[in-house]
Amino acid sequence: LFYRYRDLAPQLVPLDYTDKPDVTLPYELIGSMPELKDNPFRQRIAEVFSANGDGNMTLDDFLDMFSVLSEMAPRDLKAYYAFKIYDFNNDDYICKSDLEKTVNKLTRNELTPEEVSLVCEKVIYEADADNDGKLSLEDFQHMIIRAPDFLSTFHIRI
Amino acid sequence: DGSDVNNEEGSAAENEESAKGRVGKRATPRTRRGRGRGRVRHGGEEDEDEDDEDGTRRAGHRRNRNRRGRGRAAGNEGSDSEGDPAKARKNQANQKSKEGDEGEEDEKADKSGKGKNEKKQDKKSDKKGKKEKANKKKKDKKKSGSGSDSESEEEMTEEELAKLKEEVEEKKKLIATLRNKPWKMKKKLSVLKEAQLFVDKFEGALGKGKGKKFYAYKVMMTKKWMKFQRDFENFKTACIPWEMKIKEIESHFGSSVASYFIFLRWMYGVNMILFGLTFGLVMVPEALMGKPYGSLPRKTVPRAEEATAMNFATLYDFSGFAQYSVLFYGYYNNQRTIGWLKFRMPLSYFLVGVGTIGYSFMIVIRTMAKNANDDGGGDDTSFNFSWKMFTSWDYLIGNPETADNKFASITTSFKEAIVEEQESRKEENIHLTRFLRVLANFLALCTLAGSGYLIFFVVRRSQKFALEGLENYGWWERNEVNMVMSLLGMFCPTLFDVISSLENYHPRIALRWQLGRIFALFLGNLYTFIIALMDEINLKASYLLLFIILEEEKIVKYNMTIWEASLYNGTIPENSTAPPIQVDPADVPRGPCWETMVGQEFVRLTVSDTMTTYVTILIGDFLRAVFVRFFNYCWCWDLEYGFPSYSEFDISGNVLGLIFNQGMIWMGSFYAPCLPAINVFRLHTSMYLQCWAVMCCNVPQERVFKASRSNNFYMAMLLFILFLSTLPAVYTIVSIPPSFDCGPFSGKTRMFEVISETLELDFPSWFGKVFGYATNPGLVLPFILLMVLSIYYLNATSKSYKEANLELKKKLQ
Repeated sequence: LFYRYRDLAPQLVPLDYTDKPDVTLPYELIGSMPELKDNPFRQRIAEVFSANGDGNMTLDDFLDMFSVLSEMAPRDLKAYYAFKIYDFNNDDYICKSDLEKTVNKLTRNELTPEEVSLVCEKVIYEADADNDGKLSLEDFQHMIIRAPDFLSTFHIRI
Repeated sequence: DGSDVNNEEGSAAENEESAKGRVGKRATPRTRRGRGRGRVRHGGEEDEDEDDEDGTRRAGHRRNRNRRGRGRAAGNEGSDSEGDPAKARKNQANQKSKEGDEGEEDEKADKSGKGKNEKKQDKKSDKKGKKEKANKKKKDKKKSGSGSDSESEEEMTEEELAKLKEEVEEKKKLIATLRNKPWKMKKKLSVLKEAQLFVDKFEGALGKGKGKKFYAYKVMMTKKWMKFQRDFENFKTACIPWEMKIKEIESHFGSSVASYFIFLRWMYGVNMILFGLTFGLVMVPEALMGKPYGSLPRKTVPRAEEATAMNFATLYDFSGFAQYSVLFYGYYNNQRTIGWLKFRMPLSYFLVGVGTIGYSFMIVIRTMAKNANDDGGGDDTSFNFSWKMFTSWDYLIGNPETADNKFASITTSFKEAIVEEQESRKEENIHLTRFLRVLANFLALCTLAGSGYLIFFVVRRSQKFALEGLENYGWWERNEVNMVMSLLGMFCPTLFDVISSLENYHPRIALRWQLGRIFALFLGNLYTFIIALMDEINLKASYLLLFIILEEEKIVKYNMTIWEASLYNGTIPENSTAPPIQVDPADVPRGPCWETMVGQEFVRLTVSDTMTTYVTILIGDFLRAVFVRFFNYCWCWDLEYGFPSYSEFDISGNVLGLIFNQGMIWMGSFYAPCLPAINVFRLHTSMYLQCWAVMCCNVPQERVFKASRSNNFYMAMLLFILFLSTLPAVYTIVSIPPSFDCGPFSGKTRMFEVISETLELDFPSWFGKVFGYATNPGLVLPFILLMVLSIYYLNATSKSYKEANLELKKKLQ
């Protein structure tokens, strides 16, 4: 795994990590990894796992990201991080605008605005347990734990 | 990068952990096992891990198995709490494999502690992959070191020991749950380090590790087995033909269009098996071991036809050489056994005929049952949209084309779900809707009646023409019946489509009504056709026809004896005991061979049906698309949105075409063993042609809908057609005598007599007696009654299970 990190930018990453150098790779390099480059959410993934939220990742962040996305990570952990990924405005709630952005990223803007808003309304209707019009972490976890293919889709093999 | 694991672990880990002073400890196998830490195993595993070229870092996974295996019950609890099914499975696998290895003495001490210890290991691997693994290993070695230390602390008092144990367990619990805490990596690492230091210092070390080599071997085998299983599953999935094509179509056109192609593929599989049966057990033995062409009269082209026998036109019409070959019933000899294998040809022919029908019934019903199972299981519609939104993107996708397909399929899936939602929200004016639906059904009935009458009228007219001599009339009159039936088949479905727009149903239900109506149209047409023909001759006359055929046979037989006699210079012997004179088989007069004629008709029908379909696709879809695309520039109105536009894929028409085609195959394969082969070829080319046509010339429907239970609907229609098509074949087997001059059953009074003949001659005598008793009506009727009762019972229990299922689901919610 360390070698994958290093391969992204051999000149920046030293082989010797004894002095804990503070090396961060810029988002562009991370986003161009073959595992991530087709993912519509790669920007958000990098932002969530990076230390300062801008998408530039140190080795620790890199490892963190792939460990959460690996097959062995527990469901709760994945659900927690998935919530953070889909929360575009980082306000700890998935509100309607976050949902709209998600749908548009998933369908590459192929749905009409009415269809998009219908979908978002349905999602809020289905998953919002405390009826505040947006999804909190508990709502999201409650819903995603029951999904049959969450674990198999929220998974990157590296 | 798998090969440099060593270095990676060494360098990175060492660098990271140098401050903690755990440098350089590597795989030195130790026999001590501190509370299930089993460094021995670590040592063993390390080597295996390094050997593993599997690029996926399944280090944590492997670690998991090893740890869990050791922890048995405790480990199991831990893993279950995390709820990862894959891990749990591996746990159990490893549990079983580790049972033998572990001694009881260690486990009793602190099982829970051990479990948590293992979980700590697992967590670490999750967090840091191989880097952590190295850390763990080093820490484990440290533990063994500290184990030796703690042995010297055994002088501590009981209370202090107990307190220490408590603290150690607390720390262990913290370590165990650390994985679930969504902290930043650095924080986790520091907490982990601290807790582990503590645990290391104060844990006692007892016990031995046993059979480490055996354990390591087992671990390696389990790992390899897992890998093999995964590869095999991948291979099996890759073997499914046309999977990628169908996935592509599904992502662009929705699951309903894809369901047609899945049906086509299934049909192809069934036909392959039928082909295997007829080819392998009927055609090949006759071709290899039967008498060759030209040796018998039935196997030779008659002298009169010899001139044209090889012409392409004759061959295309399946007469000439094609007729006198293994392709048709008439070629087969009625010799009881052929070749050195004593292959019983007539028996095989009969059994293959019955077997194809039996197999088809079985496979259709089995598929229906399987579909019912799949559907009944998970129709959980809560969180439908949420799941679609958050779990539909597969993070494993790394290929731009796959990503494109995935985007399209997600869009389609959303559209389908939206359609379902809109349908369920629709407000209905009940009375208006009901009135409109009744009106629509009435119109449909009128159309059906109209088409039936038209056919009746046309058939009568054609018979009138035939009476007056066909030469007086042009092409239209001669082919009037065919043309009218084809035209009806082309235009009525569109009419039904227009009518169905009145009804305002959910698209899936509308499709079913459409299918049902077209089905009724075709059946009705066929029925009126036959009635019109029969009506002319009327039923008695049909028996007369049969009688005439039999009479003709007798006459021909008589003629043959006379002809033979003529070869003996004029005398007419009562019974031909004279040695047979060598006559060229082509010159022998032939009796009528109605089975071959029937077979030929079916083959011709199939071929023309295929041609019609292909031509329709090419003209109706392809040329239309070309026209719309290129003439759009110089046309007054927008062709793409206006009148012709691109065509949509006609699901109902194609499905029905496929089903009727299969019905014809089933009807005809007894008389023409080549039919399944022709059909396999046809389905194969049809798949490629239609896949191409769909992707190239069709546009997705306006309202894409999900085809959830449509598969069973197709199967139900197929079953009905199967039943209808086997009736004629069964009738002929049971009541009509076979031709005397051709086919494997010639000379018998009924075709099924071959069975009784086999029973008498081939099986020991007691078998025949047993069979005789078994077919006694006194035995058969109670058996049928028993089966009916058991069907009823099973039905009742399955209903009750379904209800219990629903109740449980409700409780879970």
